[in-house]
Amino acid sequence: MNRETVLELAHISKHFGKLIANDDISLTLGKGELLALLGENGAGKTTLMNVLFGHYTADGGQVSAFGEILPPGKPRAAIEAGIGMVHQHFTLAGNLTVLDNVMIGTERLGLLRSGRKQAAAKLRGLSERFGLQVEPDAFVADLSVGEKQRVEILKALYRDARILILDEPTAVLTQIEAEQLFQTLRGMTDTGLSVIFISHKLAEVMAASDRVVILRGGRTVAEKRTSDTNRAELAELMVGRRVVRPVRTDQAPGRNILSASKVDIVEDGRKLLDGIDFTVRAGEILGIIGVSGNGQAALGQLTCGLRGADTGALVYDGNQANGFSPRMLVTSGTGRIPEDRNTEGAIAEMAIWENAVLERIHEKRFSAYGFVNRARCRDYATELIDRFDIRGAAPDTRTGLLSGGNMQKMILGRNLAASPKLIIANQPTRGLDEGAIAAVHAELLAARKDGAAILLISEDLDEVLALSDTIQAIFKGRLSAPLSAEDADSRTVGLMMAGIWEASHAA
Amino acid sequence: MRLERRTQSSLALLLAAPIIAIVIALALSGGLIALAGVNPLDAYAAMVKGAFGSRLSISETLTRTTPLILTGLAAAVAFRARLWNIGGEGQLYAGALVAAWLGHNMAARLPTPLAIILIMLAGMLAGALLLLGPVLLRLRLGVDEVVTTLILNFIVLLFVSMMIEGPLKDPLAFGWPQSVPVDSDVMLPKLLSRSRLHIGLIIAILAAFVIWIVQSRTVFGMETKAAGLNTKAASFAGIKLGRTLLGVACISGGMAGLAGAIEVTGLKGYVTLDLSPGYGYSGIVVAMLAALHPVGVVITALFVAIVFVGADAMSRALGVPSFIADVIVSISLLTMLVSLLFTTYRVRR
Repeated sequence: MNRETVLELAHISKHFGKLIANDDISLTLGKGELLALLGENGAGKTTLMNVLFGHYTADGGQVSAFGEILPPGKPRAAIEAGIGMVHQHFTLAGNLTVLDNVMIGTERLGLLRSGRKQAAAKLRGLSERFGLQVEPDAFVADLSVGEKQRVEILKALYRDARILILDEPTAVLTQIEAEQLFQTLRGMTDTGLSVIFISHKLAEVMAASDRVVILRGGRTVAEKRTSDTNRAELAELMVGRRVVRPVRTDQAPGRNILSASKVDIVEDGRKLLDGIDFTVRAGEILGIIGVSGNGQAALGQLTCGLRGADTGALVYDGNQANGFSPRMLVTSGTGRIPEDRNTEGAIAEMAIWENAVLERIHEKRFSAYGFVNRARCRDYATELIDRFDIRGAAPDTRTGLLSGGNMQKMILGRNLAASPKLIIANQPTRGLDEGAIAAVHAELLAARKDGAAILLISEDLDEVLALSDTIQAIFKGRLSAPLSAEDADSRTVGLMMAGIWEASHAA
Repeated sequence: MRLERRTQSSLALLLAAPIIAIVIALALSGGLIALAGVNPLDAYAAMVKGAFGSRLSISETLTRTTPLILTGLAAAVAFRARLWNIGGEGQLYAGALVAAWLGHNMAARLPTPLAIILIMLAGMLAGALLLLGPVLLRLRLGVDEVVTTLILNFIVLLFVSMMIEGPLKDPLAFGWPQSVPVDSDVMLPKLLSRSRLHIGLIIAILAAFVIWIVQSRTVFGMETKAAGLNTKAASFAGIKLGRTLLGVACISGGMAGLAGAIEVTGLKGYVTLDLSPGYGYSGIVVAMLAALHPVGVVITALFVAIVFVGADAMSRALGVPSFIADVIVSISLLTMLVSLLFTTYRVRR
């Protein structure tokens, strides 16, 4: 298929200090094409798109759209040339309406009358034409994540974008929302728009794109027509070696480690958790699957010691209470992997060694008489870095400089190094790339083999099916009855995630 | 042109930043001095001479440095933990009043060194207690401590005024509103004879080093740092946020109270309402100039003292209004904030 070229990036190079983010990358985008930019975290995808959009100035190379060379470092020029960008982290004002957010920055100053009516009409037109339903007068703060993303896309279309760039658009979406998004994007390319989406998820790249460009270590390693390639090949190209997710082996569970009975957590009169029961045994992984926002956050806080149950009780290794403190959990051998590693798991401004020991700084080996034993803390950090293959790290490195995967390895490491008897893993692979996911899975399975009880809270169906011995779905704060791994298939579990479990399992 | 975060900041850069900032601030202020009709170089020469020109001026500058170090520490410690203590002035007066009262009434009954230590501790306690109220209000009810600590300054000042006009009024002061004097035995020993410089300076510098050690080497320091940077991650790690904040409040209020106790027992020996020319507020500037580093506070307190003492001399010698001191310090604060930005970010085109 020969298409008219609408966008061309030629020999783009960009470095940050010693780090080479983009090394002589060239690519083209055809009219009506849906191009996937695939690569692991840190491969240079986002940098490249930021150069294209004018957020960064490249050290070398040039960008041209519709045959015209774009001046470097000028986002406004990119917008005027018809390029629209949807960032991974939305740039919307929550206290304004959808229409205000879309119009913002497009109106000329000095006009006495604002063109709200015309704008509203234009927005409705776009929204109908591309099937992007939103309510123009709704406040953005009240919208779901999927709706916010629609607003972002409409914002770009409103500025007459002919080329749309989406940075990791599905990172925050549920499976169903993601499928809808790609349907919408396909609709757009059918009308002659061109789309680039950045991703590290193989499934969606295979399912949605026409063509895929694979970046690794800041270089283009391959460019394939999607119909000519397959998942395994893409995975290998992306990671640079063969990645095999580890497989669970059968193993008989041991004694009960953590159980909950009839636990409610109530906030502002709303039940975040509603009479949940579960039991995790030694050497067993219990997978709690569910679309995010159904009570996982409260469940994570309960099991990580950040809040207690309002009714009901937890039993941890024979001790019954309505909740346990983080300190008590850590000293009694609990590994806790928080839902959001950036806000809860690590303090970006602190050194790796500080983050490595923070939750166990009161242990004798790390402090005495209130003074921190910095040499031992640093040794411990070095040990974690070696044992858990944390790359780009020394004990004194600022933790915020680590990539997502390496930060997660640090968090895993500091928990697993103590051979915990219980591990709470809340979304342990969210936002990680293939290689890092395989590493995290391997570590969790190794801990299971050593007899740890693991509570896995995840919204990734593949992950839960691959790792869990027992599966429970969470829906609107309630937990389904446990389903053993032998009885679980993606259809049954998918229905359970939608709250339909009475049918599959007699209530 | 845009800013990019540096992956690391070199030590040379961190040390050069404040110096460059101050040079730029002096250059900018020089323009204002020139507008007043005086050659800026002459003015700065007069200033240096005023601050360092004689044994007397050196001792005056250092005497002025002492309370600024302590109120600077009070602000630096609190701000690092995101506790916005604007009440240094009130805490200083609280410490001063308690010191005067104790020094007058019970000093004679105790051996001198013990009495001095007791007075210092009581001053710290008074400052700390004064800050605990706003902190408890914030922890329990979410009341903004900026407002409460600021308002407390005025309340304390009125209370001091009441005490020195009433129960603690010195009957021998010919009706002047001043407190009873402390016993001469418990006045702080002089550091330099025939000058006003007293050992308070040593105490202040020691305090800065102790706080530095506490912040960088102890579990408490690490936990407060974590809590100040990211409350969510800190509580996830099991740090009790309320308790660390109360600890920080004790140190912060304690330092400001100590400043008051030292001013009373080191200089005049009694409390008046002009005991502090706004040391509590200047402490905030001192702390910001030092990027909240406790040892840096010692240096920036000296700088601020030089500017104020020197500007008085300059104004006497050359007729430049002495308000220029405030201008220099304020501009330095702004240039310092900008240069701090450049230690963490670089400009790229």
